[in-house]
Amino acid sequence: MSAYLSFENVGMIFKGANGPFIALRDIELKIERGEFVALIGHSGCGKSTLLNIVAGLLRATTGGVLLQGKEVSEPGPDRAVVFQNHSLLPWLSVYDNVRLAVDKVHGRTKTSAERDEWTRHNLALVGMDHALEKRPQEISGGMKQRVGIARALAMEPKVLLLDEPFGALDALTRATLQDTVMELQAKLKNTVIMITHDVDEAVLLSDRVVMMTNGPAATIGEVMEVKLPRPRNRLQLASDPEYNRCRQQILEFLYARHRAPAAHAA
Amino acid sequence: MAIKADVLKMDLGSEGFLAALMPRVLGGLRYVATRVLPPVMFLALIIGVWEIACSGPDATLPPPSVVIEDTWVLISDPFFDKGNLDKGLFWHLASSLKRVAIGFALAASIGIALGVLIGQSTLAFRGLDPIFQVLRTVPPLAWLPLSLAAFRNADPSAIFVIAITAIWPIILNTAVGIRNIPQDYRNVAQVLRLNGFEYFFKVMLPATVPFMFTGLKIGIGLSWLAIVAAEMLIGGVGIGFFIWDAWNSSLISEIILALIYVGLVGFMLDRLIAFIGNRIGGYAQQ
Repeated sequence: MSAYLSFENVGMIFKGANGPFIALRDIELKIERGEFVALIGHSGCGKSTLLNIVAGLLRATTGGVLLQGKEVSEPGPDRAVVFQNHSLLPWLSVYDNVRLAVDKVHGRTKTSAERDEWTRHNLALVGMDHALEKRPQEISGGMKQRVGIARALAMEPKVLLLDEPFGALDALTRATLQDTVMELQAKLKNTVIMITHDVDEAVLLSDRVVMMTNGPAATIGEVMEVKLPRPRNRLQLASDPEYNRCRQQILEFLYARHRAPAAHAA
Repeated sequence: MAIKADVLKMDLGSEGFLAALMPRVLGGLRYVATRVLPPVMFLALIIGVWEIACSGPDATLPPPSVVIEDTWVLISDPFFDKGNLDKGLFWHLASSLKRVAIGFALAASIGIALGVLIGQSTLAFRGLDPIFQVLRTVPPLAWLPLSLAAFRNADPSAIFVIAITAIWPIILNTAVGIRNIPQDYRNVAQVLRLNGFEYFFKVMLPATVPFMFTGLKIGIGLSWLAIVAAEMLIGGVGIGFFIWDAWNSSLISEIILALIYVGLVGFMLDRLIAFIGNRIGGYAQQ
């Protein structure tokens, strides 16, 4: 029985000006349906490349990604992406940004009234139903990211891909959005892959944390299960021994065994 | 309800009404003082200097007072039409504007299409961009003899000159706009699997509108520059010919009046395009 989503010997080689550059090699990973997996690693370790391969925006040089046994070969709404810089279309209102996706994905299966209802429903899920007619430039960074999440959820993806979704946000906004994502995950049980730089975020949100070694030729260094019961509460976790053990393990991986290359750190 | 409340307030005491009105009046006054007064003052200064400089016996140009006196017939009735070329300024401006409208519309439609082409296709960009870069430096009037030879008719030649003058900034700015569509938007379009048609209308066009209008704004300015020069050479009804005709009859005051009109109309054209651009692509400025 094959896994819901599996990475089979994924490798990526970019043809650069100074010859080929090996970005990723030998990526093997299986993800179950409903699992929340965080990808963590230093800048330049190829996390985004890996996510883009799952999204279909890039094609792996070797190996491939299988979703329900089918190889991923092109982008599609079954693998919705929440991009780091939200990438809402600035000429469309909040509602229309989500509606564009809803119309495209559910145009054949839902009536116009149902699509309207579905658009509003998803915006309500992320708490943005009060700003339907606002333009993206009129709302805060956190709100934009909420709309980006609503747009991705509205596509009813088989896998939800989060590309450092909260990287550009301040710590407080980040925390409330993490809580929103946890609530949504409890309700919707999506299969999620999230890229992050943030150790706490990785432990708080995910079922498994995948740690990547440094590039070039980055690969998976370690996979850690987070055996914390849900729902999780950030305040209680702060003193939880398992939580701290997980943090410790990631920190050791990132800073003791796979320090950022000096050039990057400087 | 709101209107009723206002009426009530007025009845109760004009003091409350005045107090409510005061900030708006003050705001209006501040606008006049900061925005209207300075240009009026400088205009008065320039006219004053001009009057003094040109009122000597040796002055080659008439002072403003004489200009107004000489051209009062033209100023007071821009709509007269005594047949042939003896028409009011309105008719001259109108026929110049008509040529600009046709030429500019041609330039805009062809220019945007070509801009989209060289913005989208690397091959088209590599092939056409060097050619465009050379052609765009050819001065508008240099095209006139060639177009006269090709069209054998004054009006289409003038329109061609307008179009060929205005088209370059429209092409180049549209192409820059398309090349600058953020990768994020392209990714979103890919994830949503927008087809070519949907991508064009829902992503590419709106993303490029601000750049397009930059090109259109430069283009309309250039076409207005070119029409006056072209009309001086081709004759017929038009503000350019009016100026040339006035020069041949040594009516210097009429030239000055015409220049003022040319400037005002050019300014209005510029503002018109900017206004339309803001209405359609205003999201970019916020």
